[in-house]
Amino acid sequence: MPLYKNGSFVQDAWTTIREGEAISPAGHVIAPLAWWQAERQAFDQSHVPIGVLIEPGASIDDFIADLPRLAVIALVIPKFQDGRPYSMARLLRERHGYKGEVRATGEVLIDQIQPMLRCGFDAFEITDPITQAALEAGRIPGVAHFYQPGVNEAPQPGARPWLRQAGR
Amino acid sequence: MYRYDEFDAAFVADRLNQFSDQVQRRLSGELTEEQFRIHRLMNGVYLQLHAYMLRVAIPYGALSPRQLRKLAHIARRYDKGFGHFTTRQNIQFNWPALKDIPEILGELASVEMHAIQTSGNCIRNVTADHFAGAAADEIEDPRPYAEILRQWSSIHPEFTYLPRKFKLALSGAPHDRAAIQVHDIGYQLVKNEAGETGFAVYVGGGLGRTPMVGHKIRDFLPTKDLLAYTQAIVRVYNLEGRRDNKYKARIKILVHEKGFEAMRDAVEAEFAADKSDLLALPQNEIARISAYFAPPALTERPADSQALKARRARDPAFAGFVDVNVAKHRQDGYGLVTISLKPIGGIPGDATAEQMELVAELAEKFGHDEIRVSHEQNLVLPHVALDDLPAVYDALRAQGLATANAGLISDIISCPGMDYCSLATARSIPVAQRISERFADGPRAREIGAMKIKISGCINACGHHHVGHIGILGLERKGVETYQLTLGGSGDESCTLGDITGPGFSYEDVVDAVETVVDAYMGLRASPDEDFLSAYRRVGMAPFKKALYERDSGSDI
Ligand code: SF4
Repeated sequence: MPLYKNGSFVQDAWTTIREGEAISPAGHVIAPLAWWQAERQAFDQSHVPIGVLIEPGASIDDFIADLPRLAVIALVIPKFQDGRPYSMARLLRERHGYKGEVRATGEVLIDQIQPMLRCGFDAFEITDPITQAALEAGRIPGVAHFYQPGVNEAPQPGARPWLRQAGR
Repeated sequence: MYRYDEFDAAFVADRLNQFSDQVQRRLSGELTEEQFRIHRLMNGVYLQLHAYMLRVAIPYGALSPRQLRKLAHIARRYDKGFGHFTTRQNIQFNWPALKDIPEILGELASVEMHAIQTSGNCIRNVTADHFAGAAADEIEDPRPYAEILRQWSSIHPEFTYLPRKFKLALSGAPHDRAAIQVHDIGYQLVKNEAGETGFAVYVGGGLGRTPMVGHKIRDFLPTKDLLAYTQAIVRVYNLEGRRDNKYKARIKILVHEKGFEAMRDAVEAEFAADKSDLLALPQNEIARISAYFAPPALTERPADSQALKARRARDPAFAGFVDVNVAKHRQDGYGLVTISLKPIGGIPGDATAEQMELVAELAEKFGHDEIRVSHEQNLVLPHVALDDLPAVYDALRAQGLATANAGLISDIISCPGMDYCSLATARSIPVAQRISERFADGPRAREIGAMKIKISGCINACGHHHVGHIGILGLERKGVETYQLTLGGSGDESCTLGDITGPGFSYEDVVDAVETVVDAYMGLRASPDEDFLSAYRRVGMAPFKKALYERDSGSDI
């Protein structure tokens, strides 16, 4: 599946598995949260990169202890109108200082890329061909002025304190 | 009035370009109708029964004459010559063509207006007391805080896809004219024991199918924490609110199902966990925004106006208008003039282009350039010298705008109902018109006194019938309209939901039923000073039930 990251499409080094499938000892696997929790002991001694797949009903508290161990957190967007992953991404970045990849998977569409970036997502699995074409052409629709701070946006001198303007 | 700076203007221009691009992509087929629907709603564009409807935000109800003239121009040029003021300080145009909408949004942007977030599952237009900055009982002006909330909530990246719409309202006075307890969040400015200003915070109010009065979640929130606390509430809601059923998706249901204490604890925990100071409002920023709302320089005048007295003495209609439509200003010699958009037998909230232009002109001549839109669908001139009232009255009368019924029985809130709304189960505007004709705005209406009638054309309750002193809900039973009455509702600081009287009434009989309730009240009130709501709270439902349902069996109340 095409993966958009840091402004371009890149080779996806990760495989997402379903519950019941084996987590490869070589890692680079994104596993459903429950599956990872059931299997994690096998990886106690290993440092292979692991990711988890988080459904929007989950709470960060369910895997907060694992954050240092996780290289990818893939947040499922079941429908593009589901706003829960936006809050989760911000909490991961701002509250928990998570530095790994926060990936969007599911119904990821072009008009949601900008707000997702502003909430701290940095990788996007793209299935929609129109979204893919727009991203390939470098067209991310959105606005260039923001009334609230976003993740990793430097404060603008002189701007209202609650306001941050993205450096685009 | 708030004035856009370069940043605000650039933001609205950005948004307009973004929307025009979305319209283009919809036309070229790049966006499906379902995808486009979400975007057009977030820019205030609805598809109604007969046509597209554009809903324009009037943040906290404040308008300048220039803005009102622009709305008049839009009504004339792109619509059928009128606009409709809503119960949430918005104006709706019911007949624009989709192709014209980007152009209309451009016209609005030229006067610092927009339609951003007047619909959709996001934080909606922030509303406030329409008497803000002028009322005699005000603690502090809520508009600067409403403006700060407006800015912060605009295209908020985290809160654009909430489970459902989300409405904020603010009041700066102990008497709540903004119905804050039936909003998702209500902020009430208060003073603490140390004399500092802050907010009492209410959460989880709302009408609709499952009406609920908001819970007070905080007695005192320092003003600097306004945004951080709002973020905490909305974040808990965004993460935990139901998304499986749109009728159970509002925050009121979350509060109800989770339990108020658990909700309060979750919000407080989220608020406490946010250690960043990013959203803290510095005092100088509050002061900077507040400066835009500095009261106009009103020259000192005697408390009694001779011109007013003289005209009163010889013109009872004028006297009636002043008694009913002019409220006490905090400065002697001035009044707040309510311009009723409820002409007898008319459509509540409608105003023609000519009427809007007249109000703009009066605001320039006599009103220090300020106009307000109330959630009761009227307009207000907040700073008029009592000496000028005769001239203002005469001008209003010439345009059919001097209906003397503010707060009286014919000042009815009604949703559009069957006439415009595809969800309606009954007519509501014609019921409002018939009640208005029955009681009018003369001595009888004044004799009845303070009375809020609110009418909805289906259980979605856009007419707020649950908080009407008399509420009317139009339903459909076996293909026939039937109207349920509720009594004793109130949307102010004593917020209460009305009680259902019993079986409904037919379209033909509903006005008689209202009259029966009114007559029963007149017969039982302790004195002419005891208004309907107070009387109802004293005696309860029984006498009204009796009057309504035992008439035929010989009772003669
Ligand atoms: S209450 Fe019902 S009929 Fe009236 S505007 Fe709302 S949805 Fe339409």
